[in-house]
Amino acid sequence: MRKTYSKFLIIPLAAATLASCGINSVPTAEEAAKAKWADVENSYQRRSDLIPNLVESVKGAAKSETQILTQVTEARAKATAINITTDDLSDPATFEKFNAAQNQLTQALGQLRSVVENYPQLQSQARYGELMQSLESTENRIDIARRDYNAAVQNYNTTIRTFPDIIGAKIIHGAKPMVPFKATTKGAAEAPKIDMTS
Amino acid sequence: MPRILLLLALALVFGWSQPADAQNFPKLTGRVVDQANLLDPAQEVGLAAKLQNLENTTQRQMVVATVASLEGNDIADYGYKLGRHWGIGDKVRNDGIVLLVAPNERKVHFAVGYGLEPVMPDIFAYRVIQDDILPRFKSGDFPGGINAGVDRASAQLRLPPEEAAKVAAAAEKKKRQSSNGGDISAIIFWLFIFFFVILPIIRAFGSAGRRHRGRDNDGLGPIIIWGGGSGGGSSWGGGGGSSWGGGGFGGGFSGGGGSFGGGGASGGW
Repeated sequence: MRKTYSKFLIIPLAAATLASCGINSVPTAEEAAKAKWADVENSYQRRSDLIPNLVESVKGAAKSETQILTQVTEARAKATAINITTDDLSDPATFEKFNAAQNQLTQALGQLRSVVENYPQLQSQARYGELMQSLESTENRIDIARRDYNAAVQNYNTTIRTFPDIIGAKIIHGAKPMVPFKATTKGAAEAPKIDMTS
Repeated sequence: MPRILLLLALALVFGWSQPADAQNFPKLTGRVVDQANLLDPAQEVGLAAKLQNLENTTQRQMVVATVASLEGNDIADYGYKLGRHWGIGDKVRNDGIVLLVAPNERKVHFAVGYGLEPVMPDIFAYRVIQDDILPRFKSGDFPGGINAGVDRASAQLRLPPEEAAKVAAAAEKKKRQSSNGGDISAIIFWLFIFFFVILPIIRAFGSAGRRHRGRDNDGLGPIIIWGGGSGGGSSWGGGGGSSWGGGGFGGGFSGGGGSFGGGGASGGW
C-alpha cells in the first residue's frame, strides 16, 4: 500500500525537478539570444542601407577615388549576400563567414573615411556630415548589439552547460552552444586607420 | 567560516551581475545631474522644471547629465551605458533621452532610447548639437547651450494631444495584456496541479483502505504547500511588469527602466 502512495508523490517531485532542470530556462535563454541576434542583423542592415548614399556623395566630390569606392561597394555586396538564419548561430563556420564579411566592410568603410579626410571641401558639406554621423551612430549600434548578443549567448551557453539545466538541455532540447563574436569590435573598427599605410 | 563563504558568494553574485556597471557613474539625483558644475542652482531648477513638464505632457523622460570625466571611454559608449544604468524612459516604450556633457573632454552626446529613434533620428540629434549646442559651448556659454539643446529636443518630442493619448492607451493595454498572460499561465498551472497531483491523490484515497487514512494526511500536507508557493510565484511575475517610474513621488525621481542601443549623435568643440 505504501508503495502506491509514493508513486503519486513522484509526480509533483518530478514536476519540480523538471522545472529546475532546464525545461523552461534553456528555451528562455535561447530565445533571448536570438532576439539579440535580430538586433545585430538590423543594425548591420541599417549600415548596409546607408552605404549607397554615402558612396554617391563621396563620388560627387572625390571622383578620383574610384578604387576605394568600388572596394566599399563590393564589400557591401559580399556582406549582404551572406544570409544567416538563427539556426546557423550554433554553426561556427557559417557564423565566422558572416562575421568576416561584415568586418571586411567595416575595414573598407574605415579606409574610405581616412581617404575622405583629404577632401576638406567634402567634409564641410552638411549632407556629408549628416551621413557620417548616421554611419557613426550605426556603428555604435552594431557595437552595442554585438555586445548584448555576446552577453545573451554567454548566458545561454552557461545555462546549457551547468547543472541542473544541462539535464534538460541534453535530454529534452538537444541544445547546442551558440557562437559569440570574438574580436572586440572597437578594435576592429579602429584597425583600418592603421591599414592605410599598406 | 560560513560567514566568510556567504561573503564570498555575495561578492561572486555582484561581480557576475554588474559587469557593465563597473564604471563609476554619477548618482541619478534628479532630472539634472550636474557633476561638472556647469549650471548654477537657479538654472538647474529651471531646467529640471522644463524636463518635468516634458515628462508630464509626453511621458517621455529626458535627463541632462554633466560629468567630470568619461574615464577614458568614448562618449557614445559612456552615454548609452549611463542611460541603461539609470534606466531613463519607460520600460515598455524605451523612450528616454540623456543629454550628456563632458566639458573636460570637450564632448557632448545625445543618447536616444530605442523607442525614440524614429522620433528623434540621429541626424536630428546631430543638427541640434551642431546648430544649437556647439556654437554656444564654443563661446563658453554652457547653460545657454544646454538649454537651447533641451528646448529644441523637447519641441521635437512633444506630440499632438490625441497622439499622446494613443501612446498612453497603448501602454496601458500592453500592461493589461502582460498581466493577463500571467493570469492564464497561473490558471493552467493550477489545472495541471489539479489533474495530475490533487486528483490522483484523491483517487488514491478512494481506492485505498480506510486503515491508512492517517498516513495519507501526512502525505498531503507538503504537496499542497508546495503547489501554493509556486502558483503564487508565477502570478506575481506577470503583474510586476511595468511601472512609470519618475513623476510619482514628490521630489524623488527615478528612471522607468528604459534601454538604449546607440541611437543619437555626438559632437566635440
